Amino acid sequence: MKRKLVIIGAGMASGRVLEHLLAGDPDGWDVTLFNAEPRGNYNRIMLSPVLSGEKTYHDIVTHDDDFYAQHKINCRFGEAVVRIDRENKVVYSNEGGAPYDKLLIATGSAPFIIPVPGHDLPGVITYRDMDDTQAMIDASDKPGAKAVVIGGGLLGLEAAAGLKARGMEVAVIHLMGHLMERQLDPAAGYLLQKDLEARGITVHCKGATKAVLGTDRVEAVLLDDGTVYDADQVCMAVGIRPEVRIATDAGLEIGRGITVNDQMVTSDPDILAVGECVEHNAQLFGLVAPLYDQAKVVAATLLNKDAGFQPVQTATKLKVTGVDLFSAGDFADADGREDIVFRDPARGVYKRLVIEDNRLIGAVMYGETGDGSWFFGLIKDGTDISEMRDTLIFGPAYQGGGQTDPLAAVAALPLDAEICGCNGICKGTIVSAIEGGAASLADIKAQTKASASCGTCTGLVEQVLASTLGDAFKMPAAQPMCGCTELTHEDVRRLIKARELKSMPAVMQELGWKTSCGCHVCRPALNFYLLADWPEDYTDDAQSRFVNERNHANIQKDGTYSVVPRMWGGMTNPRELRAVADAADKYDIPAVKVTGGQRIDLLGVKKEHLPHIWADLNAAGLVSGHAYSKGLRTVKTCVGTDFCRFGTQDSTGLGIKLEKRLWGSWTPHKVKLAVSGCPRNCAEATCKDVGIVCVDSGFEIGVGGAAGMDLKEVERLAKVATEQEAIDLTVAFVQLYREHAKHLDRPYKWLAKVGLEWVQAQIVEDLDNRAALIQRFDLSQTIYQRDPWADRATPQASADFAPLADLTKEAAE
Amino acid sequence: MSWLDIGALNDIPQRGARVVKTVHGCVAVFRTGDDQVFATDDRCPHKGGPLSEGIVHGHAVTCPLHNWVFSLETGMAQGADEGAVTTYPARVEGGRILLDAKRLIRGAAA
Ligand code: SRM
Ligand SMILES: Cc1cc2nc3c(=O)[nH]c(=O)nc-3n(C[C@H](O)[C@H](O)[C@H](O)COP(=O)(O)OP(=O)(O)OC[C@H]3O[C@@H](n4cnc5c(N)ncnc54)[C@H](O)[C@@H]3O)c2cc1C
Ligand code: SF4
Ligand code: FES
Repeated sequence: MKRKLVIIGAGMASGRVLEHLLAGDPDGWDVTLFNAEPRGNYNRIMLSPVLSGEKTYHDIVTHDDDFYAQHKINCRFGEAVVRIDRENKVVYSNEGGAPYDKLLIATGSAPFIIPVPGHDLPGVITYRDMDDTQAMIDASDKPGAKAVVIGGGLLGLEAAAGLKARGMEVAVIHLMGHLMERQLDPAAGYLLQKDLEARGITVHCKGATKAVLGTDRVEAVLLDDGTVYDADQVCMAVGIRPEVRIATDAGLEIGRGITVNDQMVTSDPDILAVGECVEHNAQLFGLVAPLYDQAKVVAATLLNKDAGFQPVQTATKLKVTGVDLFSAGDFADADGREDIVFRDPARGVYKRLVIEDNRLIGAVMYGETGDGSWFFGLIKDGTDISEMRDTLIFGPAYQGGGQTDPLAAVAALPLDAEICGCNGICKGTIVSAIEGGAASLADIKAQTKASASCGTCTGLVEQVLASTLGDAFKMPAAQPMCGCTELTHEDVRRLIKARELKSMPAVMQELGWKTSCGCHVCRPALNFYLLADWPEDYTDDAQSRFVNERNHANIQKDGTYSVVPRMWGGMTNPRELRAVADAADKYDIPAVKVTGGQRIDLLGVKKEHLPHIWADLNAAGLVSGHAYSKGLRTVKTCVGTDFCRFGTQDSTGLGIKLEKRLWGSWTPHKVKLAVSGCPRNCAEATCKDVGIVCVDSGFEIGVGGAAGMDLKEVERLAKVATEQEAIDLTVAFVQLYREHAKHLDRPYKWLAKVGLEWVQAQIVEDLDNRAALIQRFDLSQTIYQRDPWADRATPQASADFAPLADLTKEAAE
Repeated sequence: MSWLDIGALNDIPQRGARVVKTVHGCVAVFRTGDDQVFATDDRCPHKGGPLSEGIVHGHAVTCPLHNWVFSLETGMAQGADEGAVTTYPARVEGGRILLDAKRLIRGAAA
């Protein structure tokens, strides 16, 4: 007699089971197949080509009516199973029951819906089945329709590309810092984003959805950061979870999925499970390859043959026409693991191999993935690669030759890329000079003026020489920025501008970084260069800042912090002093000190108290003094004309004006100013980064002073007649320094490299340039001149500054 | 091991850290760029610097006080520096951070 097999779910996994089962024993089973969808099995992974219009539903059907009829399968499509009665061995849909000898649960997964307000508006869908796909196709019919896809993983991006191909305007909102973070590292994620953007898809990373807006239907999506994207259709593709509801109700053992053993049998010996709904050895499955292996085992178990399921590695590809990416294995950084990274910035190629114990354990590839399956084979087989390690990254076709070019970044520059910013010299001009006979840096300087001014492009000019002349040019050894790159600070700054690199992954990819996410040396420098050069485009990265700038306070040797409010030009009043005194009392401050910078330091504040003490000081009108920043510190002043019998100008007033103009700006190193009212110089202006000494006939402006590890007297930049000119020159000087200096060079060090004359030519003589510098400074200030204390006087900040958890009161059970 | 849920992965910024107070002092919990979590003592073996405030890169952290670099996996100081910081088992499950309760809770067996 035939035995009764009931299958719940006609999806990809159970489809395979049927094929194996019918092949092994065509007549042994009387099969009833339930499916919630009103159709039989189709190739779900090909929904994306259907969405994009490259295929039709008809093309992707795997089992048609003939197949089911031929094998006498009792199809109950459009009937969701609602209950399993294990005692009597019957399953029920709302239309009736079906008895079983063996039951196979193959219910797949259910997509997550983020429960934000508006998630249930018409027009919000997930991406899982043919109905969802059809809904998206229908939505794209309306001319000019806009779609928002929430989730930048595999599914979300395939949906986005498909909708775009159908002519919709598409925005992808992704919570994490880069796309497909589970399959790609930041470098590959960056290239993918660039490709998608080139197709006209808007990509918004680090975007948290706050609400779906609309009255009768979806109209827009609102993010936490206030951004709003209009939408006629919203597709949520934020993840899936195993569909286990009926199994849970039936009392089967459930972890995150339905627990099965190696034979794919659940905690009930007559019930098997297969596909995305199962959990095997604490592992879940979301790709078809392992499900097909499971299907074989299920068929064998039903046929009473020996078989056991063992998960193998899987590889991922994104099915978006024209996007080439591949990822397999484990590509996380870890001890004892080595990376081999290959980047060809010109072609947008990135390859990374991760090696452990002479075996390849992970691979990420972008732009060129032809060798993917070969690498995947090495990973699966655990092949010892020590013999071919040096050439491994070039793939199986590699037969000697073909070195990577260390000068690739420069060689890849187009001829019209600007190399020397001071003199506006492009790469083409330098190359022509070389072709005309120039063979050394001195020749280039003499013939083109490139690197003849501030000199920060020297390294680049040398690399143009090297890449044009080849072996005929010997590169002088330059000090690279850090172990992550061969490029110097100056090269990197210049390339960031020339190639318009506006994010950290962009810099690391295009300039061939050797590590996946930089180090504590390059990251703070890059963060500064990017925010200084692209104030409007770049988003400051707190995690790339040194602790003081991240926490807006100076860390002390014991891990507490010091708090220094600004006292403009050294001036204060009873109200501020009372607020400082009250704060010192309230927060039990162990030491209160007058600093060398004419203000008051509260030392020994606990981290969790910082947002609170700031809020209290804010309430009295006090803002952060940035005593911790590579930015404007203090402007010291003397009492000046108002009180002093020798005072010539309002030095206090000018100091306050300067401080109010410059505060909040980030600079390569710290910047300190002083204004003295007469040459007696009580504010010590002659040893400041910018020091102004007032005299009867005007203002003497000195730059490049210091009194720290080196004692430097200022050099005289200019003497001007009006206060306004003094302010303009100071602002222009600070901006010039921001745009050109190496991270952690104080102005005097930078000045020694570029020369006072060059600076004078830029800002004293060239009035247009002075005005342009001031304009760029002011633009940057519209974004960065914010009191960080006020920004952090929120409950969220207080929570972030407090410990994550306190276990001191927990007791063991 | 008995795993203790101490918070959501998203409570820690990527390439950042937070501390957990325990009877034996603070434990720093790090989240790396690839969304793994690691836990170490929040005291640098050099001069006690709070490692949770360091810059996180790869699976390593640089101490904020004098720039010693530690592996988050083994706790070993990298490069020329010698020393190690104690590490604790940590993992992420379903977006939650789990630490091994042993050693962290009063009275739990050491
Ligand atoms: C608080 C203060 C000392 C005081 O009690 O007076 C101070 C304290 C520190 N100074 Fe300073 N400096 C202070 C005025 C000075 C001065 C005097 C001045 O500004 O007129 C100088 C010499 C002038 C100069 O900068 O050229 C000075 C030259 C330095 C240097 C050496 C800089 C250099 O280029 O050589 C450093 C190291 C550095 O910045 O890299 C430094 C670094 C430091 C640090 C931030 C060390 C650190 O990185 O942790 C100290 C922080 C202590 C803390 O926990 O708060 N401090 N420091 C002064 C704060 C001024 C303010 O109100 O903001
Ligand atoms: C758009 C898209 C693209 C994909 N691309 C890829 C890819 O490129 N590569 C890859 O490996 N994987 C891909 N996948 C994943 C792959 O499709 C799944 O891993 C696979 O379909 C899972 O098979 P399954 O049989 O477990 O579940 P499913 O195929 O989902 O089948 C489960 C079926 O059970 C039905 N069901 C659920 N509950 C009940 C119930 N109570 N009663 C009756 N029926 C029920 C459902 O309606 C469904 O038809 C993609 C998935 C999607 C959605
Ligand atoms: S002089 Fe040295 S010890 Fe004194 S505050 Fe400045 S950095 Fe610290
Ligand atoms: S205390 Fe950590 S390096 Fe000195």
